[in-house]
Amino acid sequence: MDKFTTLTGIAAPMPLVNIDTDMIIPKQFLKTIQRSGLGKNLFDEMRYTQDGQEIPDFVLNQPAYRKAEIIVAGDNFGCGSSREHAPWALLDFGIRCVISTSFADIFFNNCFKNGILPIVLPQEQVDILMADAKKGANARVTVDLPSQTVTTSDGQTFSFEVDPHRKHCLLNGLDDIGLTLEKAAAIDSFEAKNATLRPWA
Amino acid sequence: MTAPRTLYDKIWDDHVVHQAEDGTCLLYIDRHLVHEVTSPQAFEGLRMTGRKVRAPEKTIAVPDHNVPTTAGRDKHIDNEESRIQVEALDKNAKDFGINYYPVSDIRQGIVHIVGPEQGWTLPGMTVVCGDSHTATHGAFGALAHGIGTSEVEHVLATQTLIQKKSKNMKVEITGSLRPGVTAKDITLSVIGATGTAGGTGYVIEYCGQAIRELSMEGRMTVCNMAIEGGARAGLIAPDEKTFAYVQGRPHAPKGAKWEAALAYWKTLFTDEGAHFDKVVTIKGEDIAPVVTWGTSPEDVLPITGVVPAPEDFTGGKVEAAKRSLEYMGLTPGMKLTDIKIDTVFIGSCTNGRIEDLRAAAAILKGKKIKDGMRAMVVPGSGLVRAQAEEEGLAQIFIDAGFEWRLAGCSMCLAMNPDQLSPGERCAATSNRNFEGRQGRGGRTHLLSPAMAAAAAITGHLTDVREMMGETV
Repeated sequence: MDKFTTLTGIAAPMPLVNIDTDMIIPKQFLKTIQRSGLGKNLFDEMRYTQDGQEIPDFVLNQPAYRKAEIIVAGDNFGCGSSREHAPWALLDFGIRCVISTSFADIFFNNCFKNGILPIVLPQEQVDILMADAKKGANARVTVDLPSQTVTTSDGQTFSFEVDPHRKHCLLNGLDDIGLTLEKAAAIDSFEAKNATLRPWA
Repeated sequence: MTAPRTLYDKIWDDHVVHQAEDGTCLLYIDRHLVHEVTSPQAFEGLRMTGRKVRAPEKTIAVPDHNVPTTAGRDKHIDNEESRIQVEALDKNAKDFGINYYPVSDIRQGIVHIVGPEQGWTLPGMTVVCGDSHTATHGAFGALAHGIGTSEVEHVLATQTLIQKKSKNMKVEITGSLRPGVTAKDITLSVIGATGTAGGTGYVIEYCGQAIRELSMEGRMTVCNMAIEGGARAGLIAPDEKTFAYVQGRPHAPKGAKWEAALAYWKTLFTDEGAHFDKVVTIKGEDIAPVVTWGTSPEDVLPITGVVPAPEDFTGGKVEAAKRSLEYMGLTPGMKLTDIKIDTVFIGSCTNGRIEDLRAAAAILKGKKIKDGMRAMVVPGSGLVRAQAEEEGLAQIFIDAGFEWRLAGCSMCLAMNPDQLSPGERCAATSNRNFEGRQGRGGRTHLLSPAMAAAAAITGHLTDVREMMGETV
């Protein structure tokens, strides 16, 4: 997983609430057995017509946002299925950060496993960032993970919360499995105890 | 004397392997269910790092999302990508030595139906799967939730998950349901009341008389859609109905182990005075048969209602409602019962169990579906299918004009040949009405199996109580 420290980039505004994982990556693209290559199908049904032509109005098809690295989104982003293909598609497109008032739990969790930082901010701050994002490519937003701040193009700075363990993993690009395997002795002893306490499990 | 604990607290406490200073826990996982769509990259990760599956005996795999529901699928799957995914699961199950129900096995079906049916899911367990509808297993008083593929790999390698504890939410359904009202109407009504983000950050415990009165099948329907309410997991405390359902299933404990398990399971309830961070109470008598009108599961209304207008909402929901109405091709003020239906889909992990097929067949018996209607029943597992055939339900569906399919996820998510065409309008017993969920441009109205059967007969959304001779 790539490290995440600071990012200054174009933010694409997507004010729609309840953007679900079927919108982020429709089911026909879940048939892959790989993690890469999904970026071209990110938001597929919002982005392309049935015959594969780009829909010019869609934000990521507009010249200003084709290289967006941040999405500012409406409430409850990523609701729906557990498909990790959603963060894989975002990452493959080049999105490293999503900012919203709330995220669905599983999607939120999946982002951290892939070097994407989801940021929760209050409505009034998301509104300011949304307005900033609507200014286009020259309005670049800065996300600083070590100091836990987001700064708008005109210098307004907002602080955000992030779980310390997840922050540590993102900053260092760490693999969870390796960390957990260091606790193998604790797992062994749990299993031994469990075999007596709950032998049916 | 320990402080009073919720059911969730108790299951959590019994599975903590390690707790860090910041509260991050390593939680032990008792059952890991696996399907073909969210697992290939995880097994590939194990191969690349030379890791093994830590507890293959606690890992259960079944292909369900991609499989066609028509005959001959055990010989050949036409769609190449689907075939590759199913073949990958065949190979991974063999290479890593995990429990497996291939397409050719009569026990194959939707993973969330197979798990309970085979007795893998037991009260007090932690159950995960790379699938958000893992919440279903909460009906047994098991802490069950969906995970992403990175976490699937983590559980395969370590049999644990890194977790922070969620908050406790209680959803109480008091009193009894009225005739014609089902578990599906409960779970949709709760989401209608709390919204799709109402449960975010919580584990829901469903309780109250109306929940107690539900069968295990009904309880699974309720917990299944906890995720549509934003909660990772839904729970129902186990009781005599739970124990009766579990006893004698292939992987349920037997003999002395059964007695020991039973004694433990009887301690799995929320203590008097335990703290809930959020409480929602709904009167069972107030719940009507409901349908969804929009493209979010929170867009729920009683069947007696009318299509709302965007101005009826506030905030970001105004734009969302406008978009939904356009997508769904509906006009504000139109009666829900005037909405014409092209297709009826009965099945899915929400409503593909035997009780669901019985409820639909009871409405369809001796009747025909509307001319031109496309209607299909997809049993949740090969065993549900066999039982429905034995009970004569299959013949009722066939005589009414339904297609009688093989088990799988089918049209719930349309990763297989069962899909809607653009503009096609479907009454579906599944769980999501998102844009494009059942096929690009397809329009989905979620409802109960009985309501779906009623719509199949009349050709429009219909109040099933009118067919049951009930006064509204």
